[in-house]
Amino acid sequence: MAAKVDYKVIVGLEIHVHLATRTKMFCGCELVYGGSPNSRVCPVCLGMPGSLPVMNKQAYEFAVLTAMALNCEIARFTKWDRKGYYYPDLPKNYQISQYDLPLSHDGFIEIPLEDGSIKRVGIIRAHLEEDAGKNTHELGNFSAVDLNRAGAPLLEIVTAPDMNSASEVRQMAQELQRIVRYLGISEADMQKGHMRFEPNVNLHINKDGQTYKTAICEIKNLNSFRAIERSVEYEVHRQLDEFLETGRTMQIGNKRTYGWDDVNQTTVLQREKEEAHDYRYFPEPDLVPVEMDEAWFEQIKSRLGELPLQKQKRFVGEYGLSNYDASVLTADKATAEYFEKVVQAGADAKRTCNLITQTGQKLANQNNTTVDKLGISPQNLAKLAQMADKGQISATAAAQIFEKMSQQNADPEQIAKADNLLQNSDAGAIEAIVDQVLAENVDAVQEIVSKGKKAGKAQGFLMGQVIQKSKGQANPKVVAEILSRKLAQISS
Amino acid sequence: MLQGLNAIQLRNNIRDGQITSREAVEWTLERIANLDPGIGAYLSVFADKAMDQARVVDAKIAAGKPVGPLAGMPIAIKDNMCYVEGLTTCGSKILANFKPPYNAHAVEKLLAADAVIVGKTNMDEFAMGSSTENSGLQKTVNPWDTSRVPGGSSGGSAAAMAAGMCFAALGTDTGGSIRQPASLCGIVGLKPTYGRISRYGLVAYGSSLDQIGPLTSCVEDAALLLGVLAGHDERDSTSVDERMAPVPDYLGELGKPIDELKIAIVPELIDKAEASVRDAAKAALELYKKFGATLVEVQMPHFDYSIAAYYVIATAEASSNLARYDGCHYGYRSPHAHDYIEVYSKSRAEGFGAEVKRRIMLGTFALSSGYYDAYYLKALKVRNLIRQDYTNAFAKADCLMMPVAPTTAFKLGEKTDDPLQMYLADVYTIAVNLAGVPGVSIPCGFDEKRLPIGLQIIGPAFSEDKLLRIGRMFESKTDYHKQRPTLQG
Ligand SMILES: [Zn+2]
Repeated sequence: MAAKVDYKVIVGLEIHVHLATRTKMFCGCELVYGGSPNSRVCPVCLGMPGSLPVMNKQAYEFAVLTAMALNCEIARFTKWDRKGYYYPDLPKNYQISQYDLPLSHDGFIEIPLEDGSIKRVGIIRAHLEEDAGKNTHELGNFSAVDLNRAGAPLLEIVTAPDMNSASEVRQMAQELQRIVRYLGISEADMQKGHMRFEPNVNLHINKDGQTYKTAICEIKNLNSFRAIERSVEYEVHRQLDEFLETGRTMQIGNKRTYGWDDVNQTTVLQREKEEAHDYRYFPEPDLVPVEMDEAWFEQIKSRLGELPLQKQKRFVGEYGLSNYDASVLTADKATAEYFEKVVQAGADAKRTCNLITQTGQKLANQNNTTVDKLGISPQNLAKLAQMADKGQISATAAAQIFEKMSQQNADPEQIAKADNLLQNSDAGAIEAIVDQVLAENVDAVQEIVSKGKKAGKAQGFLMGQVIQKSKGQANPKVVAEILSRKLAQISS
Repeated sequence: MLQGLNAIQLRNNIRDGQITSREAVEWTLERIANLDPGIGAYLSVFADKAMDQARVVDAKIAAGKPVGPLAGMPIAIKDNMCYVEGLTTCGSKILANFKPPYNAHAVEKLLAADAVIVGKTNMDEFAMGSSTENSGLQKTVNPWDTSRVPGGSSGGSAAAMAAGMCFAALGTDTGGSIRQPASLCGIVGLKPTYGRISRYGLVAYGSSLDQIGPLTSCVEDAALLLGVLAGHDERDSTSVDERMAPVPDYLGELGKPIDELKIAIVPELIDKAEASVRDAAKAALELYKKFGATLVEVQMPHFDYSIAAYYVIATAEASSNLARYDGCHYGYRSPHAHDYIEVYSKSRAEGFGAEVKRRIMLGTFALSSGYYDAYYLKALKVRNLIRQDYTNAFAKADCLMMPVAPTTAFKLGEKTDDPLQMYLADVYTIAVNLAGVPGVSIPCGFDEKRLPIGLQIIGPAFSEDKLLRIGRMFESKTDYHKQRPTLQG
């Protein structure tokens, strides 16, 4: 559609986070992913007659902790409700959830946007519920149900429709992942389904002095941040096109559900009309309400710690790092903490940041781990940073030594000596070599004198000669300084 | 040889070596074989398993090892408590093939007390009914008159007790399902305080009302059984913390009468019962007066609303509790289904009986959006008012007494066509479940047809010890509880 229209994108998210508790939400089954179908079940999560749920306190605390991180009001009295619907993956044909008294409500999340600004997205509520199992249709003539996942604790978070672009939605999702990983309440791996995001998208279109709202569409099946962004982008264009072609706008009950097709990069209509679901919620009589006293509240709050965005801001202020560097360092809590230990051991922050984000993270990725677990003590890394700062080693050598350290956690100075990587910064010795090179290369010197700054190639040639004569050990920075000074003297 | 012995006497005889558990079990199994074809109390009998259990107890006693308080005693349990032996059907076609993989808490307690479980008893389907006629599997009759109902829903347990086909039985009481059949069968039936006995493994009907309890031949046996079953169970969140309500020794002071007993009565409620029942209740009150008790007239202004509130709350919970019987995971699956929706609809249509369907529909309606406030929420408010009525009454008296059922045992088929008439059979018992308080039914007379009549004693939460003592006072001066029907095997 080429027509130019003014429109605003409106997106809210419904999010499900799998909590990494030891056991399931209402039974003692260990929460381990995988395993042969229906091997991680018991009478309770199978919904056997006579079985009764018992609340997992750890799950409740994880949920409250997350809600606190999302600046929510924490309810001091909540209850459980049954949400009734029939589906083969739901053994009791009701889900234990929270309806009118969720454990938290009315919060917000702050998202760092790419331009360095902060966007605030409202959180309407966050509550706990149990997950369903999984239907599979791979057995030909009949379907099968795997209930290993049934009863896993799920934190449902509903945001306000405060996001206004596909990239904001993606950044919101990434920030939430960073937060829950900081809190240690979820592995938050989208591919593994630990986090599910369902954007609700519509447009407010201004046309002929009037505002039209398109029908809200919910997008499902998103298993990567990229898919989130692409699907919202796609849906925005689809809705715009549809509006321009048909004039269709939001009506009661015309909410639609789309699934994201990752292969074809399109959304596919799943449900035309939001069915008039009546879940017949009512208070779960098998569970008692949860009452949170101040002591319990404070005990959970004390586990909150510094949140990623706070840390990121502090890194900018305290260490003079760029916003980008700070965000890379704080993406992972362990890495951020490791960075600070290295700085505390006496290293320069910027140098440490470069070592960690360039060499360190490359090594960590290769080993499928994080920088702090490469086996290098913060003291040794600080020493390496200091050596680089003093010009005792080149940047290339620093990377080489870093890698060696991860294999043996030896003193970087010893590695540098053993591998002959220490560079010479002795100005007197270097000056002697420079003088020798200038004397041996009169043509190049002449070219520089006549052409001045345009003779960069000649200057580079002289530089290379000096380094070569020093057997690669002269500090290039010192060489460049002396060489420039000498050439300037000759030219004047 | 064993006829007329109560559970404690039998237990003592077994423990003292005067009789073996094997002999007691054999005797019981023989009685079941002779009598039950005419009564229909049992849905299943575990002859071999029971004999094995008896042998284990006998061996312990022979070796001088300590045994549990129910050592070697043949006990029957209602078929809505999960037991890994045999099936757990809830009297329903939909669970007619269901074999539970685990034991209910109450069953574990019985086994730990060295009881011998001889079989599982018939019941109204999913405990919905007052005559056991709603069983989808079998008919049970009243041993006092086999043309009449045993009451319900624990009719199988009550009939088995009355016919001497076990020495104690477990039932469940959601709206009177222990007390009413106990009354109609002339035995003792105790519904403990909600939360006193764990519901883990009890197939739910109305979760906020269901409670397990004993049906026994005398108050003393009820005290023995309650002592075994009561206590906290971490698998049932609604089971009460023992720090809040410790489990007393129910047998300890059972024989000690209550001094200056104050009995609350609501005269117009007593007068509502049919004449024989009313007269028996009044005679019982006269006897208590002779013990020195005083009668205190109280008001129960919301009592009349209890049936209405009950049939909203119980059916709402039931509609959700019974949603899981869908033919997908276990139980009956219709062979006529072509897709999963039909697996649901046909399995349920073919598996559930009419009364269960009626209550599922009632409950589903009450919870539907737009009706929730008018029905379910309002019923919860009424429930609170009824609780308040009891609190007020117990502020003035130790207990409340009234009939258990408005009539003695009625004829089979008499009320099956009129659900509302059937619901009225629980008019005296239902409010107790709504309030969560304990109530006991004890035999207090016979009508002119020699059908038993029960007296209901109701007390504040966790006052079972006192209720049983009050019951025992009556029992010690009467012999209604010792009378048994004449049976031809
Ligand atoms: Zn489980």
